[in-house]
Amino acid sequence: MSIQIFFQHLMNAISLGGIYSLIAIGYTMVYGILNLINFAHGDIFTYSMYFAFYAVTLFLFPWWAAFIFSLFATAMLGALIERVAYRPLRKANAPKISGLITAIGISFFLQNFAIVVFGGRAKSFNPQIGVYPKQFAQVITIRNIRIPLLTFIIIGASIVSLLLLVWIVYRTKSGMAMRAVSKDIMAAKLMGINTDRTISQTFMLGSALAAVGGILWAMKYPQIYPYTGMIPGLKAFIAAVVGGIGSIPGAMLGGFILGLSEIMIVAFLPGLAGYRDAFAYIILIIILLVKPNGILGVEIGEKV
Amino acid sequence: MKKNLSFRIKFILTVSFIFIIYFLLLIANNFASDYVILILNLMAINIIFAVSLTFINGITGIFSLGHVGFIAIGAYVSSLLTLSPAQKEMSFLIKPLIYPLNSIQMPFLPAIIIAGVIAAAFGYLVSAPSLRLIGDYLAIATLGLGEVVRIIANNTWSITNGALGLKDIPQYTNLWWTWGVALITIVFIASLINSSYGRALKAVREDPIAAKVMGINVFSHQVVTFVIGSFFAGVGGALWAHLITTIDPKSFMFSRTFEILIMVVIGGLGSISGAVIGASLYTVALEFLRILEEPISIGPIYIPGIPGMRMVVLSLALIIIMLFWRRGIMGRNEITWDNIYKIFLKIRKKEDSIT
Repeated sequence: MSIQIFFQHLMNAISLGGIYSLIAIGYTMVYGILNLINFAHGDIFTYSMYFAFYAVTLFLFPWWAAFIFSLFATAMLGALIERVAYRPLRKANAPKISGLITAIGISFFLQNFAIVVFGGRAKSFNPQIGVYPKQFAQVITIRNIRIPLLTFIIIGASIVSLLLLVWIVYRTKSGMAMRAVSKDIMAAKLMGINTDRTISQTFMLGSALAAVGGILWAMKYPQIYPYTGMIPGLKAFIAAVVGGIGSIPGAMLGGFILGLSEIMIVAFLPGLAGYRDAFAYIILIIILLVKPNGILGVEIGEKV
Repeated sequence: MKKNLSFRIKFILTVSFIFIIYFLLLIANNFASDYVILILNLMAINIIFAVSLTFINGITGIFSLGHVGFIAIGAYVSSLLTLSPAQKEMSFLIKPLIYPLNSIQMPFLPAIIIAGVIAAAFGYLVSAPSLRLIGDYLAIATLGLGEVVRIIANNTWSITNGALGLKDIPQYTNLWWTWGVALITIVFIASLINSSYGRALKAVREDPIAAKVMGINVFSHQVVTFVIGSFFAGVGGALWAHLITTIDPKSFMFSRTFEILIMVVIGGLGSISGAVIGASLYTVALEFLRILEEPISIGPIYIPGIPGMRMVVLSLALIIIMLFWRRGIMGRNEITWDNIYKIFLKIRKKEDSIT
């Protein structure tokens, strides 16, 4: 394999890893704060694509306005799900398994609702109908390495959103509240933190990141159908677990590990291309066996 | 008055109950339409799935989401064993089937038993690594295993015929097979639960650490549960394949595990009779909800059919059950002859007090 092709694959892997990281952070934040796998996160990701798509095609927004609209709408969707489904469960002190089943139910609901409302047929998310500018599809040549401009945009947008997230979580007051709630929800409440609002904000932030990921994903693979988010959603969750669930740097790391391994295994062993969706699970099981709390996870002893 | 029935009465009641079911099936088999028979078959198969899943999830408390993987294995194994060599040669267009499989054909009964055994063997193989995980991690790992099975089925063209799937599987499944296996499943798992072994399983569910302290080998109990559950899932999958007659990897998407989970949750997680009721209700509801997807015209108002609507209703039902009625229909209670007798006594007491 020549160095050019390797470099192309590398860029591709980083852009895919960036998207996985963005979705994984949503999972990890919700898990960190509520100890709940938000199965619906993958579907929130799908909805962000639909929001952007319809904003452009139906409401005739310019693309950048459509993307911002999608970001807000998706954040609202995340908050709505938390408000309608997870908060009542939390108030009722439901066992953990009820939360998981509810999350599965919501995921199932969102998928089928998308079929009813948006139709089962795939929608094309491409510059031809003005969903994003045609220039994005240009191919840039640097020293014989041909890389689409889109790849750079995806990498750039992921990095900017990750930095923004880190700033929010580690430098702002509500970020501090989020970290406090994820450490100990009762203690945070006693310290006067409005936990409900903080959890709501966490959902919004995670969903907005999923929306960034969703729009980038749709640009990369320009087709939207109701089940789009399932596989990337599951892989992002795996990325979060691999990196150490609850830890934001872990989710980023996990996302990049998954993106890299997926692209590189297929690049080096093209015979395995059909199995690419299985790599994530194999990596997951290996990591969980070696280090059950993930790479950057903290060991928490079982209380008796 | 005695509170509980004697063993002999219970035995007679059970036998007569089985005879009533037999009689009803005989009527259904001879007089019902093909559509109704299909629904009854699906109901029994769903009962097998739901009971085996509730055994794993509800009784032993291993939250496994990989059930569809075992179903897929059972379906593929028994289909490959029962298809005739000529048919196999015809349908394996892209890559021929590998050696021993392409020349064997066997009757239905050994095929479904082998299907169950292979599913159980797979369950045994995966249980060791996955049961080292707990809670959510276990759920996600088993979910991954189910998906891996599907991906493998999609890609190993020389065994599963890849994305094309298998066609013209002989339609052996009928009401006797499905309800017979369903009864065996229920009786086997119910008697297992009522044994001391089953009480150990419940102890593991309630508190694994306390169970360990009491001298229960938590790990081996969980492995056995997993293996038995996957055996019945495999047998159910085999029956299903021989009912529908075509299978491909798309029929084993993760959403099937969802559906079985919905049945179990409606019935009450942790109750065998609940699983039976949940599976029956779900199957019937799925058919009645077809109305939602058909065009309706009420006078001048015309509502076009919306495909996918019934799944929306069902998933909403799941969420609402979880929010407002977490125990499901049965909770963790079981329908037993003793319980029915108690209710009967209560009613009679009331009547006595009235007169």
